[in-house]
Amino acid sequence: MELLVIFISALLINNFVLHYFLGICPFIGVSNRLDSAISMGLAVTFVMSIAASASWLIYYLLLVPYHLEFLEIVSFILVIASLVQVVEMFIKKTSPPLYQALGIYLPLITTNCAILGVALLMVLKKYNFIESLVFSVGAGLGFALAIVIMAGIREELEFADVPETLKGAGITLIVAGILALAFMGFSGLV
Amino acid sequence: MNTAIISLVIMGVVALVFGLIIALAYSKFKVEVDPKVEEIFEILPGVNCGACGYPGCQNYAEAVASGAAPPNKCTVGGPEVAAKVAAIMGLEAGEVERKVAKVLCIGDREKSVWSAEYDGPQTCSAAHAAGGAGKACSYGCLGFGDCVEACPFDAIHMNDKGIPVVDEEKCTGCGLCAEACPRDIIVIESIKKRTYVFCRSHDTPKRSREVCSVACIACGICVRLAPEGLKMEDNLAVVIDHEKVTDQAIEKCPTKVLFRMEP
Repeated sequence: MELLVIFISALLINNFVLHYFLGICPFIGVSNRLDSAISMGLAVTFVMSIAASASWLIYYLLLVPYHLEFLEIVSFILVIASLVQVVEMFIKKTSPPLYQALGIYLPLITTNCAILGVALLMVLKKYNFIESLVFSVGAGLGFALAIVIMAGIREELEFADVPETLKGAGITLIVAGILALAFMGFSGLV
Repeated sequence: MNTAIISLVIMGVVALVFGLIIALAYSKFKVEVDPKVEEIFEILPGVNCGACGYPGCQNYAEAVASGAAPPNKCTVGGPEVAAKVAAIMGLEAGEVERKVAKVLCIGDREKSVWSAEYDGPQTCSAAHAAGGAGKACSYGCLGFGDCVEACPFDAIHMNDKGIPVVDEEKCTGCGLCAEACPRDIIVIESIKKRTYVFCRSHDTPKRSREVCSVACIACGICVRLAPEGLKMEDNLAVVIDHEKVTDQAIEKCPTKVLFRMEP
């Protein structure tokens, strides 16, 4: 039950994009088209869950025993960057079509603050390993949900009669704000 | 002090382990990319103009390496690049047919009739949309230089009478100027083709005669004198085979709009 609460919380209530405002760069940048948004969302979920597990292990098995908690940001960045590298190579070898589909997004994820955010929050919230894993998967799917909704809206916006001054980034940010407001409606869920 | 050493050691070890994992993964998951692709890509000019028919130089390099494309498609690089690419592929280069842009209108400000003042945006596309900026001929060059703007190689310039002139040394035949021209006056063809009817007007002979002194007036003399070299298409003589256009036909053109470009 506790796990379900963590999952729903990360997915909807404390949605990383629309509540914490993390990972806004890909959220705005890659939400032009639905198919690339789905790819990006899945890639983030994938890297997020792996990065969170690895970060948890590093933090609790290395940093805590030696009282080096202040190194968490440095070591998490190291973990995320190396993991993305390995994952990229692995996908390139095993599934070229998937590699083609993810394309530039995989390396982009390395510098995505939402990934680092998951690692830091999981420490802050003192989750155990399983909880961290569930938390990261929920957060990743939350990101995917947000970016897919956004991409769907933006595809429709192409055909909308947007005032000249708001075209492009302006209307996108307004839509993101309204989406964030809408997601506040989930706050009473658990 | 102690903490500093411990953190150094720990971070060093962690970084080393990750480094090793990446190195291991790299050797294990290494994907063999055809080295030819990279070599060819290095040689290509890298302007991604698309003249070869592929979206960019990388795509063309891949196509050549896989044998799907011949090595001489890069008109920007010309024979030099083609020879190098062919050498990598172990092929004969073949001759690159160098293509350049040609402006098929010579109706400049002095030779054509201007019937109105135009005060709108100073681009060909705007003037064309507004009915032609006062130039009486609705097929001729408007002279605002959209083609000059479009050229990435600085190879096309306006002369002082408002007709663009192509610098054939610099022209790569990428075709961006032809795309920019709202009246389709510019064609991209082999540099060896020098003979053209330098007019695009499909107006009736009477109308053509009224609006421009160097228009094709569809008299048909050239077609009669060199039936294999030219044909008449909707009030406009068109060169179909530049080698079969006879000197006599060129000489007899009453408006001197059929001629050979200086080499």
